[in-house]
Amino acid sequence: MSATEYIGVRKITGPFVLLDGIQGAGYDEIVLVSTPDGEARKGRVVLVDEKATLVQVFTGTEGLVPETTSVRFLGRELEMALAPSMLGRTFSGLGEPRDGYGPVLGGVRRPVRGAPINPMAREYPRNFISTGISSLDVLLTLIRGQKLPIFSGNGLPHNALAVQIATQSKLLGAENFVVVFAGIGIKNDDAAYFQSHLASEGRGGNLVLFLNLADDPVIERIATPRLALTTAEYLAFDLGMHVLVILTDMTSYCEALRELSVARGEVPSRKGYPAYLYSDLASLYERAGALRNSKGSVTQIPILSMPNDDITHPVPDLTGFITEGQIVLSRDLEARGIYPPVDVLPSLSRLMKDGIGKGSTREDHANLAGQLFASYSRVQEVRALAGVVGTDELSRADKASLAFGDSFERLFVNQGMEENREIGHSLDLGWKLLSMLPVQELSRLSMEEIEKYIKKRA
Amino acid sequence: MNSTGKIVAINGPVIRASGMRSFAMREMVQAGRLLLLGEIIRLDGDDALVQVFEDTTGLRTGEPVTGTGGPLSMSLGPGLMGSIFDGIGRPLGKLLEREGPFVTRGVSIPQLDPDAMWDVTPLGKVGDVVTPGAPLALVKETSLVEHRILTPCDIEGEILSILPPGLHKASSVVARVRDGHGRERSIPMIRKWPVRTPRPIAERLLPDEPLLTGQRIIDGLFPISKGGVAAIPGGFGTGKTVTQHQLAKWSDAQIVVYIGCGERGNEMTQVLEEFPVLEDPRSGKPLMERTVLIANTSNMPVAAREASIYTGITIAEYYRDMGYDVALMADSTSRWAEALREISGRLEEIPAEEGFPAYLPTRIAEFYERAGKVTTLGGTRGSISIIGAVSPPGGDFTEPVTRHTKRFIRCFWALDQQLARSRHFPAISWIDSYSEYGDEVKSWYASHVDPAWATLREKARTLLAEDDKIQQIIRLVGEDVLPDDQRLIALTASFLKNGYLQQGAFGPDSYCPPKKGIAILNLLIAFHQKAEDLLSQGCPLSLLKGIDELVELTHLREIPAERLERFEELKHDLFERMESINRERIVSRREV
Ligand SMILES: Nc1ncnc2c1ncn2[C@@H]1O[C@H](COP(=O)(O)OP(=O)(O)OP(=O)(O)O)[C@@H](O)[C@H]1O
Ligand SMILES: [Mg+2]
Repeated sequence: MSATEYIGVRKITGPFVLLDGIQGAGYDEIVLVSTPDGEARKGRVVLVDEKATLVQVFTGTEGLVPETTSVRFLGRELEMALAPSMLGRTFSGLGEPRDGYGPVLGGVRRPVRGAPINPMAREYPRNFISTGISSLDVLLTLIRGQKLPIFSGNGLPHNALAVQIATQSKLLGAENFVVVFAGIGIKNDDAAYFQSHLASEGRGGNLVLFLNLADDPVIERIATPRLALTTAEYLAFDLGMHVLVILTDMTSYCEALRELSVARGEVPSRKGYPAYLYSDLASLYERAGALRNSKGSVTQIPILSMPNDDITHPVPDLTGFITEGQIVLSRDLEARGIYPPVDVLPSLSRLMKDGIGKGSTREDHANLAGQLFASYSRVQEVRALAGVVGTDELSRADKASLAFGDSFERLFVNQGMEENREIGHSLDLGWKLLSMLPVQELSRLSMEEIEKYIKKRA
Repeated sequence: MNSTGKIVAINGPVIRASGMRSFAMREMVQAGRLLLLGEIIRLDGDDALVQVFEDTTGLRTGEPVTGTGGPLSMSLGPGLMGSIFDGIGRPLGKLLEREGPFVTRGVSIPQLDPDAMWDVTPLGKVGDVVTPGAPLALVKETSLVEHRILTPCDIEGEILSILPPGLHKASSVVARVRDGHGRERSIPMIRKWPVRTPRPIAERLLPDEPLLTGQRIIDGLFPISKGGVAAIPGGFGTGKTVTQHQLAKWSDAQIVVYIGCGERGNEMTQVLEEFPVLEDPRSGKPLMERTVLIANTSNMPVAAREASIYTGITIAEYYRDMGYDVALMADSTSRWAEALREISGRLEEIPAEEGFPAYLPTRIAEFYERAGKVTTLGGTRGSISIIGAVSPPGGDFTEPVTRHTKRFIRCFWALDQQLARSRHFPAISWIDSYSEYGDEVKSWYASHVDPAWATLREKARTLLAEDDKIQQIIRLVGEDVLPDDQRLIALTASFLKNGYLQQGAFGPDSYCPPKKGIAILNLLIAFHQKAEDLLSQGCPLSLLKGIDELVELTHLREIPAERLERFEELKHDLFERMESINRERIVSRREV
């Protein structure tokens, strides 16, 4: 059943238009909802039964009149046109040109839903991406094809960090490296920041933007990341490029999903979010990786703001259960003037273990990182104790730990926004810091490593 | 025979069809022009509710629903080992060959390749009488697994014909048998089994033999039995998957069934890439030769996620019936429970806690009850151990899935967020975890590893528990105010934590043979007792702490397993140092 048109709808509530039961209506089918003066809005069928057909209108239902609204069923799901000419372009959150140029021509059309990748077709990501940022390269190594979100909060420099990662990333064959950016409910200024920084680095033609700004329709946000990821998969797996996808702000995405769910009267789960939030987020985050028979890759850096800086809030919590680690930013470090304020202890890169070591970074990398984590975690305990008994009362080992902690934050984590540190340099810096500690404290290193990297240095 | 109804409503993975009077509950159906697979979950007059195992996008009202005449089933036979299937048992290898890198819908592929050729050795001859579970033939499935074709549970009688030795197609009939009613029954090499029905056994046995895992904290403190049930709960990034992978690699099960249930695609790919090149520490053969994978990644349909657990456990039971020790890992059972919740929500059932249906505890119990050490119908012994990961929201163990799981398991490896953050791995809490198998496996350990196993385990657990209290005091007032005996406990506990419990999965320490684990524990406890003795003679702890050799106590795991005599040497040297320090102290005091 294609391109059938119905005039007049039964009911309009919130973002939904309700029609009578329509034989042959397809689940998830795309419709055009039009007003008498010819203005057409895209909608999606979200529920069908013999009595009713429920359509969700992406750009909202404002101004629609039940008797005069017409609905045309297109007989297909949401798709988009893809072509190499998308590079350098800016689109709306629904994929309409936003830069004054015409629609994407030629190329292929694909559903934006995205089919799951067969695990047998995947290639396990193992290639180290040098970001030039010590805390990331040494402790939270980014791997090509990884999905590694930034857990942030209002007022923290997540945008600057994402831009620094994107611009300093040394991916092999840099001319093959492109950024796909999805702005989901973000401020105009933020959009401009990304556009100017990512484009100013000479990557204008290597950037595709999908922008749904804070004052754009909320429901449209459901589509925005899917358009971006469909584009990324096309660039990576059809054209063989290495694609970095930045999705921000995923919390706005989840709020849009919640709004829809509540409007449909679904049984809510935690904090009013729908029970399928995990599956829905997974349908986005899992669209990263590399394929055995393709040159390209999709690396994802989603950014999300943690409401009230609470990492157990459903959005960061479910994200952490799906992504391959997380970079957590700390308000405390930021207040002490440390950039990037990466809180390394709750942060994690799960793919790091296979992408480091001899042949990619250096053979001492893994244990050095493990020891830095363990020692810095002890710093937190000693700081708590010092707060109670005072610094003077601390043992020699505890005092050394405090000194190590300060240097770790000031010299290792802290660096300039444009400072690009070489991995060897960052690793050496790590060893230098560890040699501030007594050897009894270095239980994560082997006796051999203590001998080689600590005692010899002294 | 195949009846047909019509789709009238679609709500995500759940559809309603009318004209369904002749269908059976739990019958598999094909829905719509796309022939999507589904299963009937409610019958109400003319109407049926169907949960669809594939994405329903594009499905239309008015399209047909056709019955398949049977419930959701898994094909059982040679070809399972080393393969990967999706939640409803479709072979992902064949799917890749036919459809490319993205999983497509409505594809029907046989679960096992009927044309594969297998080397068959018959075990009976014409005229033999066979009973349920009796082996009819051997098939060399992989270098590690000898596949036994058994007489099905509903057939008993005299063999009329049997395959001669040699290569045969998987679609062959292995034997014909005349049953008690004089009917001729044929027994094919591949048979289907309805996955929601447990396969029958003769008798349950006490799980008194440990499943050795090569992980010190498990083998030493919180052991699991062959046929046991364990849960690993933990917030994100605390180490559930790594622990499950460790057990899949190093445990001494003969067969491993690994279910990736609603988790990451890359984690399955990792197993697919690593296991064919990793060696089984006992046989030296590639681990993939004893492993079956079930993958329903987090972005695959939820109804198939619900089914994946049953597909996996059915395969496990099939190999148990051949007399094997099977270990089944399910990562993560929470995603399975959430799939139940999502379907239940679409059915508008009245939720119990946090939206989960009231039958959640029953389903969890039914799953874990399919584990156990048993006497099979054929009279051999086999076992299924289940290790289920649990992913509590916000890492909060009071949520329903963790709480109900705790009622049905006997081994609880609680992962601790704080330990994970300080990169103490495995982040299994020595305070919150427990194992009820300790007593049952005690005598096995005494006769196979070390008579002192139970005593050492008890000592270590007591020390760690006392240390936990002492650490709370230290956090408040510092260590200096504590008496020496308590500071000694803190010292030994720190050796235990850093030198014994801590075990990285990605280096040479990944697998620790039980004898080496015991040797480390033995030395640390011996040190403690020696030091206690010297303290009671008046030797201050500060003197002992100055001994250089103590550093080695946190590095004992670096001693290779082939050099266990090194532990005795170390102990000897260390004790000598400790005694001589004490003697010097006494002498110098007399001189004063
Ligand atoms: N035994 C171990 N040795 C070394 N590292 C470990 C160990 N266990 C866990 N880790 C580290 O912790 C990280 C997270 O572990 P894992 O992926 O198993 O977490 P998880 O509990 O399964 O999380 P999720 O619920 O999100 O899937 C790993 O990537 C690894 O870096
Ligand atoms: Mg996991």
